[in-house]
Amino acid sequence: MALLQISEPGMSTKPHEHRLAAGIDLGTTNSLVATVRSGTPSTLEDAEGRYLLPSVVRYLSSGEAIVGYTARQAASEDPYNTIASIKRLMGRGREDVKPLAGRMPYHFVDEDTTVPRIHTAAGDFTAMQVSADILKILKQRAEDSLGGDLTGVVITVPAYFDDAQRQATKDAATLAGLNVFRLLNEPTAAAVAYGLDKGAKGIIAVYDLGGGTFDISILRLNKGVFEVLSTGGDSALGGDDFDHALAEWMIQQLGITDTSDPRLMRRILNAAHEGKLALTDTMETQVSVELSDGESRVLSISRDQMNELIEPLINKTVMACRRALRDADVAAEDVLDVVMVGGSTRVPRVRERMSEFFGRPALVDIDPDQVVAIGAAIQADILAGNKPDEEMLLLDVIPLSLGIETMGGLTEKIIPRNTTIPVARAQEFTTFKDGQTAMSIHVVQGEREVVDECRSLARFALRDIPPMVAGAARIRVTFQVDADGLLNVEAREETSGVSAKVEVKPSYGLTDSEIEHMLRDSMAHARDDMQARALREQQVEADRVIEAINAALQADGEELLSEDEFARIESARDTLIERRNGGEIEPIKAAIKAVEVASEEYVARRMNKSVQSMMAGHKVEEFE
Amino acid sequence: MPIDLDFSRSYFELFGLPESYLVDTAVMADRYRSMQAALHPDRFASGSEQERRLSVQGASWVNEAYETLKDPLRRARYLLQLKGVDFDADKDTASDPEFLMQQIELREQLEQIDSESDPLSALDRVSADIRGWNNELRNQFEAAYNQNELDTARQIALKMQFFNRLFDELRRKEEQLEETLM
Repeated sequence: MALLQISEPGMSTKPHEHRLAAGIDLGTTNSLVATVRSGTPSTLEDAEGRYLLPSVVRYLSSGEAIVGYTARQAASEDPYNTIASIKRLMGRGREDVKPLAGRMPYHFVDEDTTVPRIHTAAGDFTAMQVSADILKILKQRAEDSLGGDLTGVVITVPAYFDDAQRQATKDAATLAGLNVFRLLNEPTAAAVAYGLDKGAKGIIAVYDLGGGTFDISILRLNKGVFEVLSTGGDSALGGDDFDHALAEWMIQQLGITDTSDPRLMRRILNAAHEGKLALTDTMETQVSVELSDGESRVLSISRDQMNELIEPLINKTVMACRRALRDADVAAEDVLDVVMVGGSTRVPRVRERMSEFFGRPALVDIDPDQVVAIGAAIQADILAGNKPDEEMLLLDVIPLSLGIETMGGLTEKIIPRNTTIPVARAQEFTTFKDGQTAMSIHVVQGEREVVDECRSLARFALRDIPPMVAGAARIRVTFQVDADGLLNVEAREETSGVSAKVEVKPSYGLTDSEIEHMLRDSMAHARDDMQARALREQQVEADRVIEAINAALQADGEELLSEDEFARIESARDTLIERRNGGEIEPIKAAIKAVEVASEEYVARRMNKSVQSMMAGHKVEEFE
Repeated sequence: MPIDLDFSRSYFELFGLPESYLVDTAVMADRYRSMQAALHPDRFASGSEQERRLSVQGASWVNEAYETLKDPLRRARYLLQLKGVDFDADKDTASDPEFLMQQIELREQLEQIDSESDPLSALDRVSADIRGWNNELRNQFEAAYNQNELDTARQIALKMQFFNRLFDELRRKEEQLEETLM
């Protein structure tokens, strides 16, 4: 048991201070924010007592962004300026958008950027900016009901999201002024919500059918460790597709041949959606649609009829379940529990098919709309440092293989899918011409062997390679995927030890400077506020560093440091304390940096000590 | 005091396991979780920049070590590498003619599987065969390695590599078949 006492992550927090943190489920159809208060996680409601925030943003010509129910109501009267299902476009390029464009009424700006922009009355916006507008509302809601600034958030993403989509999500959060502790896979969040309540141990399947995405994840729970064994799914399959299937059927039934009126299409889609919801509780329902000529028509739909229409879509999810089980190397009968997530799992046929497939009734105890946000809130609370004794650990995997383009347009896998992250893999390259000083590497993500069938993530230009004869240079490129599933690349020429400069050009994302530019634009009006806020943030950061270093020195400073080392760290800390009370940002930053430099070795020693204690704790356990 | 984050230590030393082909996977899994419990970046979400950096490096290293020792083929290659035996899976090929014949036959079988009356169960049969041979190779590798017959061990590892590739192909085939059958 000594194991747990030492597992505290070192010098992070003062024990009694509760930090405000929240979990955010940024969904295709709806978004939610949840937090843990007095040990109980719950979703936060708006002034009208609603916990869902429709992920719909309407841009007005005044420049104002309206988010939520009001925006959603305006969708059929103002389809071009009302953006829904924006999550489908996150991290997507112009080419990806084309097949979706037919289904989305918006005008995409025809310009030569890789990131598509939607033209609205308030200007042209990327998916990231639209998502940021949704996140701002959730941030405000959380800060209003918690009565303070959030230290950080956990934002959930579909397990199936690739690097570009994850990066876009994180960038959207930055734009909304949020500090992201972690991007968490939605199904993992759902398992957290259930796992802690029930103390489950065994194999868990999480079936998450939301509005726009489908995920299946196979997890193993053991002694507080959630290990993702495999993930699969489809980033373009969800309840929206049920609506569309139903809508297409309605169009046929109504004998509509001209489908070019976006308002009519929107009305039919809304009616289809209402019909689907009604069929959850009844076997038959009526929907009414106002046609272009103003006449209303009523259609009758039975549950059997709907089941038939959506069966092919459910089949796709079953196939993905089979594949995920195989990747995890477990059989359907090994699965202990099946967790249902996402509003679309309310569709009775979905529940039936899953219970059939896994041979046991699916878990539906927690509201399938809230379960992800609740899991994210639990994780955010832990990551904020509010539960130092918490044993829970989430080990996630990379959902799609990372590879590079080789000759002939083929891919070579560097990190295969379902590898536990964080992970680093190195690959050696050489030059093929005498005196070659630059080289280009194309990184892709996906399972196909042909580069064109994978998603292009980035092109890296390696420059400043020392000129040598062909084949003599040994360039070691390290691909590092962090715990959020985001990729970083470093390159080094081994024979000379020169670091080659890596220039990243994200294929579908925005460069850091573009994001910075957007940040500046969005905050231009509130410059003074921003200054004050930045100073306050630095002071908070300084306090945190001071507290942390004090706690660490008190715990094991004398044990791990020589007198000199101890004194050096103390002196750096004292400088920081002094500057913290001055009103300037930069000196505080520099002093924080100085403390970090002075304690670098100390931090490493503490981490080692912690690992060793864990191992030692284990050996003792084994002998008992 | 040994430093655990000393990246020059072998994966076996990291896990406190003897350097051998047979590993106690249960003990390894337990120690893996303990190390990640202390090192994982989630433990440093509100830590300093350098803690986070060190934690990502350390956790990546532990993950890599675990994935290497967990996988029978990668473990074999790693043991050979520790003994200084060069192993280039792309350039080296197994030289046993009988084995190569078997590989060719298996590949042909796999290609013709679509025309079988029940292709999925035919795949299952091939898959079971490969598993059996692979287990046999693992036993052979262990014996050769323990006798310090490193060249033999290397040849066996190369054969394991063949089966692994075949297995990958088989799974791709299985996915294709499932898609056409759905």
